[in-house]
Amino acid sequence: MKKLPADILKDFPSLHAMGMRAYLDSAASSLTPTPVLEAMDGYYKECRSNVHRGMYKTAGEATARYEAARGVVAGFLNASSPEEVVFTSGTTASLNLLAASLGRELKPGDEVVLTEMEHHADVVPWQEAAKRHGFTLKFIPLTEGFTLDMDAARALIGPKTRIVSVAHASNALGTVNPVKELASLAHAVGAKLIVDAAQSVPHMKVDVRTLDCDFLAFSAHKMLGPTGVGVLWGRKGLLEAMEPTQYGGDMIREVRPEASTWNDAPWKFEAGTPNVAGVIGLGAAVGYLQAIGMERIEAHDRALAAYAIGKLSEIPGLEIVGPKAGERIGAISFTVEGAHPHDLATLLDREGVAVRGGHHCAMPLMARLGLSGTTRASFYLYNDESDADALIDAILKAKTVLKL
Amino acid sequence: MNDELYQENILDHNKNPRNAGRIEGASRQAKELNPSCGDAIELFLKLDGCDRVQDVKFDGHGCAISQASVSMLTERLKGRPLAEVMAIDEKDILGLLGIDVGPMRMKCAMLSLRTLKSALACKK
Repeated sequence: MKKLPADILKDFPSLHAMGMRAYLDSAASSLTPTPVLEAMDGYYKECRSNVHRGMYKTAGEATARYEAARGVVAGFLNASSPEEVVFTSGTTASLNLLAASLGRELKPGDEVVLTEMEHHADVVPWQEAAKRHGFTLKFIPLTEGFTLDMDAARALIGPKTRIVSVAHASNALGTVNPVKELASLAHAVGAKLIVDAAQSVPHMKVDVRTLDCDFLAFSAHKMLGPTGVGVLWGRKGLLEAMEPTQYGGDMIREVRPEASTWNDAPWKFEAGTPNVAGVIGLGAAVGYLQAIGMERIEAHDRALAAYAIGKLSEIPGLEIVGPKAGERIGAISFTVEGAHPHDLATLLDREGVAVRGGHHCAMPLMARLGLSGTTRASFYLYNDESDADALIDAILKAKTVLKL
Repeated sequence: MNDELYQENILDHNKNPRNAGRIEGASRQAKELNPSCGDAIELFLKLDGCDRVQDVKFDGHGCAISQASVSMLTERLKGRPLAEVMAIDEKDILGLLGIDVGPMRMKCAMLSLRTLKSALACKK
């Protein structure tokens, strides 16, 4: 069995090439290992053709590799079939597709329930669809402990609720939300549950049948894959009933001058030439994660988060913005009294520690917490305790520079 | 640590901003945001009968670079004729800061200038 992270560091050339002491921004985008780069390279070097259309051998090979990735992703999620997996350009595109398509079915009086900790990608598409179709948005509030207020959720999810859309894990707080419980609340009133799994799929075992959700969205680039590709998983019957939102090549069955009919799901949602290399890279990234094991990755993540939170909490003036223990991922937000997150990020960068500072695309959450932003350090399988130590060291130095 | 960005005067302007506050009935005012980091600056100018800056104040929050930048800018604006204020550009702001801002923090440094330009563009 490979030791984390010692035995896998050689797979991540950019760890050294970028010349950092500690890359702690995987919640924004992860690094990509050599086997994933090689899988994508293989497409460009060995079977560079379009998919689903070519009538020659390499086109068949490209299609086979592209569709094989669909099967790999389906297996990874424990989906009932590969046809439940739609390839998109990322979580944002997946959520936009859902809001645009499902939004059309909603009318004034209907309610879509979100949470106060949603990423802008799970807020703004719903706001826009609500403007067009006249439905109402509701937000599940937070508790003082940075978790969802489930009493409030039980009160908010009612007979008017058509859709509940929640982050599985918050990119800004690290909180892991009780998706299974939200699924049963949604289903009890006949609503659908959408899960923004951008921050959970890379870090823990996500089984769509166990979660009992209806749709799930995530991005390849946060789970060792390339940028510009992601997934919308949906229950087969729901995808079949759903209307596409983009039209063009490959998504049609028959086009007549006056009207057209659609291909089957999932292909009716994949108009135009897809990101073939990206999808193949995503398949390889899933394979890489599976070879290590999601349970081990989750355990590694949790141990590192606990270690880092323990050390960070000892720094005077530093506040953790998120749960200190319990159900959480290794994305740790914090504030340092007197230090703006942007200044802190710059000073940490000078020490070779890469973190993110700002509102983390969660402005409603920051407003609710009365913060302009936080600094966030996020861990992944290639990090270890020495990275957390580098972070602590750099924060202490930054405090000296800022005379705090 | 390489701390040429966070020199004494930058930290001083950040901690003790000059001309902090608001002006009721300002001749020119505007608010600008830096959407990537959530920083915000609201700038108020009061002009006298000869179109000189009689008073200037700012309100807002942000990183040390953006706050020092606007604090220093307000000091520079006081008493200046409008024509001179309108000619202020990026080079002037960098001159006021006197540090090598670098591409990663240019937006922070220039939020003050952006707010000034908006204020000048809209009469109140």
